[in-house]
Amino acid sequence: MTRLSPGRASWKAIVAIPLLFAAAAFLQVRIDAQTRSDGAQQEQLLVSSGALLKKLSLGYDPLLADIYWTRAVQYYGTRVGEGHGDFALLDPLLNISTTLDPHLIIAYRFGAIFLSEPKPIGDGRTDLAIQLVKRGVAANPNEWRLDYDLGLLYYWRLKDYQPAAAAFLAGSNVPGAPFMTLKLMAASVAEKGGSIETSRMIFAELYQSTKDPEVQKMALKELRALKAQEDEMHLDQIVREYEKRFRRKPASIQELISARLLRGSPVDPAGFPYEIGPDGKSRLDPRSPIKPPDQ
Amino acid sequence: MGTPAIEIENLTKDYPSGFWRKRMRRSLDHLSLRVEEGEVFGFLGPNGAGKTTTLKLLMRLIFPTEGTARILGRSIEEVAMHADIGYLPEQPYFYDHLTARELLDYYARFSGFGRAERNQRVARYLELVGLTAAAKVQLRKFSKGMLQRVGIAQAILHEPKVVFLDEPMSGLDPVGRREVRDVILDLKRQGRTVFFSTHILSDAEMLCDRVAVLVRGKLQGTGAPGEIVSINVQAMEIFFEMTDGRQLPQALAKQAAQTGDRYRLEVAEAELYASLDRLRETGARILSVTQVRPTLEDYFMQLVGREAAAPHAMEMVTR
Amino acid sequence: MSAMPGVVAVNTFREAVRDRVLYNLVFFALLMMGAAILVGQVSIGINRLVIVNLGLSAISVIGLVMAVFIGVGLIHKEIEKRTLYSLLARPVRRWEFLVGKYGGLLLTLVVNTSFMTVGLAAALYYVGRPFVRSDVTVLVAIYFILLELALVTAIALFFSCFSSPMLSTLFTLAIFVTGLFASDIRDFGALTNDRAMEAFTRALYYLVPNFHNFNAIAAAGHGDRIPLALVGENTLYAAVYATVVLVAGSVVFARRNLK
Repeated sequence: MTRLSPGRASWKAIVAIPLLFAAAAFLQVRIDAQTRSDGAQQEQLLVSSGALLKKLSLGYDPLLADIYWTRAVQYYGTRVGEGHGDFALLDPLLNISTTLDPHLIIAYRFGAIFLSEPKPIGDGRTDLAIQLVKRGVAANPNEWRLDYDLGLLYYWRLKDYQPAAAAFLAGSNVPGAPFMTLKLMAASVAEKGGSIETSRMIFAELYQSTKDPEVQKMALKELRALKAQEDEMHLDQIVREYEKRFRRKPASIQELISARLLRGSPVDPAGFPYEIGPDGKSRLDPRSPIKPPDQ
Repeated sequence: MGTPAIEIENLTKDYPSGFWRKRMRRSLDHLSLRVEEGEVFGFLGPNGAGKTTTLKLLMRLIFPTEGTARILGRSIEEVAMHADIGYLPEQPYFYDHLTARELLDYYARFSGFGRAERNQRVARYLELVGLTAAAKVQLRKFSKGMLQRVGIAQAILHEPKVVFLDEPMSGLDPVGRREVRDVILDLKRQGRTVFFSTHILSDAEMLCDRVAVLVRGKLQGTGAPGEIVSINVQAMEIFFEMTDGRQLPQALAKQAAQTGDRYRLEVAEAELYASLDRLRETGARILSVTQVRPTLEDYFMQLVGREAAAPHAMEMVTR
Repeated sequence: MSAMPGVVAVNTFREAVRDRVLYNLVFFALLMMGAAILVGQVSIGINRLVIVNLGLSAISVIGLVMAVFIGVGLIHKEIEKRTLYSLLARPVRRWEFLVGKYGGLLLTLVVNTSFMTVGLAAALYYVGRPFVRSDVTVLVAIYFILLELALVTAIALFFSCFSSPMLSTLFTLAIFVTGLFASDIRDFGALTNDRAMEAFTRALYYLVPNFHNFNAIAAAGHGDRIPLALVGENTLYAAVYATVVLVAGSVVFARRNLK
């Protein structure tokens, strides 16, 4: 006689198992879509106190910090796409992450840029950004990049040159920091306040030190705006030369070229030619994507 | 003859054993049996012989390495067939928190009886096993013997055609055992088949139409209890005592069994007179000479002894 | 449809009810309600929020503890104590027995949760707040907790079919925690920019039971509306996933040689 097998119908069950898993996965996709599309379903933080969470985490702080950091990035990524500029939970999420793990440098750096960036790209809250980075500097005295970020925030967003210089100076004293660069930055800012050279130095450092492509783009944008500014200054000098010679303002770049004051038609970093405006000052082509730097 | 109640063919069960679970321990070796309807069949063997294994295989609590079985002509894989069978496991254990009545009622539900029918049957079978007084007591408080009775009750209350009992007498006092014997006889009177395992041979001798003997997983023989023992040649037993402080010679002393002053010597019929002479020479006073009818026990002990000595020896005594 | 699972379910429920453990847990839950009221008195103005948050969390945690600790023993105990032997000789299939055990424990959990819900309602009422429309969210949150428990019970029962209570508890809790943080694990994998890791965490996300789906405690606290479609989808998800777990359990249980 043939061997008796245990469940005869069990092969049906075994086939059913992967099918059911597929069904579950399908439902999960729908659930995710549902929770995303429902605008009223705000993401809620049940426990918004980092300190309390630290106590509850039973020693698994770094793991929880990673989780909240991941959520912060996810939160930002989802909402920046929605375009409404509401990032109310970004600061709490970053604060929780850094409370749980004070050495989560990347969270401080992320917050520095995206909390201070004006809406709709960021939260537009430079004050929160500064608060966050100051905590980061306090907890990580050997991380010169955070001093740099603090200086950047004061210089770029607030145009507050005293504390900016102080921050750069503090950073330059940290062992392992690019000593010369930061000292130079500190000196320029202290002496001249906002200037093209200083700004260029600062944004060049930002561009080099960040790994986030979004932040690199921002730095590049600033650098290009600076270059345009510089170019315009040169062009204005040439316009004054023209005025001296011909006792009137030039009407266009072409005239400058005809007067042998310019060799070719200069273009901005985006490739668009500069123009002379009706007021006789040089300006960018209106179609150029380069925006003038923040005044 | 009709369909046999139980048909077992080459049923084998191996268990992985040893530290790495690589070696196989064979607890049942190609058992083949037939039990006809209406028989009371005794399944005998010493502890560890594989009797419980066989019953568990039949109940599909464990699965065979080889072989098949049929009950009432239907494969043991058929769950519906279980409506016609009852089972009392060895050392049964039931839900502590239920009372005897609740337990029997619970089991009765699996047979699909209506409420009135259930109440009736539960009451009847509680009485049959003598537990009416304890009907409302939680099983937690039951003695081993009481649990055994509940076990028997649950095995038969749905009036199954075939009843399987694993050591039904265990844990019972002589009165209890007599009651169980009566239950089994009663079942037989009703035309049901009873398959029970035991290592108490006197019970088997008294109750069974046929028996099978299992030793170390191997079937040694089946047949009516009388048949199995008839293979042995009858022996004679001599009771004697020593007089005048005389000592029994070494050779005889080894063969005789002593209790106090009396000795018992067993000899083959043919050697009776030679032995008597020898004893008289040594100064023994003969007290009695009787025939010995070997019992199942003796056959049994012989088998077990032989199995222990030569594990591969097999002696089939079949009809 | 076979009646066998129902028979087993009722008996399982009865067993749970007669087990003193249940009463201790319910008592503890009521204690929590009392504590919630106390805390609520201290912080004025957020009575409701605190009571709802604490109450729902208590219901969830206690339900979870029950589901796991009773669930992991359900089948294992029957095998160890051999109460199963005589039962399986009856015309009942092993999977029917398993489903019945599941149903019984689920019933126990539902009854328990109902008692605790009444306690929660009483606490809210005591605080002096009349019930408003948005309180429906609290009921939905409790329903979601029940779905969560249904899933956890199935998983505990699955392990109970072949593993000791201690290991089963470990495995069940491990899966629960993984399921709770499943979306974070997936997002983390996406952040690493490692294709293999990303694919792996995504697969894990869809494989593991996503318990975060059922977390509506925060929403209940704020009185947000939960769309009906989500309720339906969560119900289906729990049903489908519990089914696959029970099917797997049945397969394992059916093949098992009982000691």
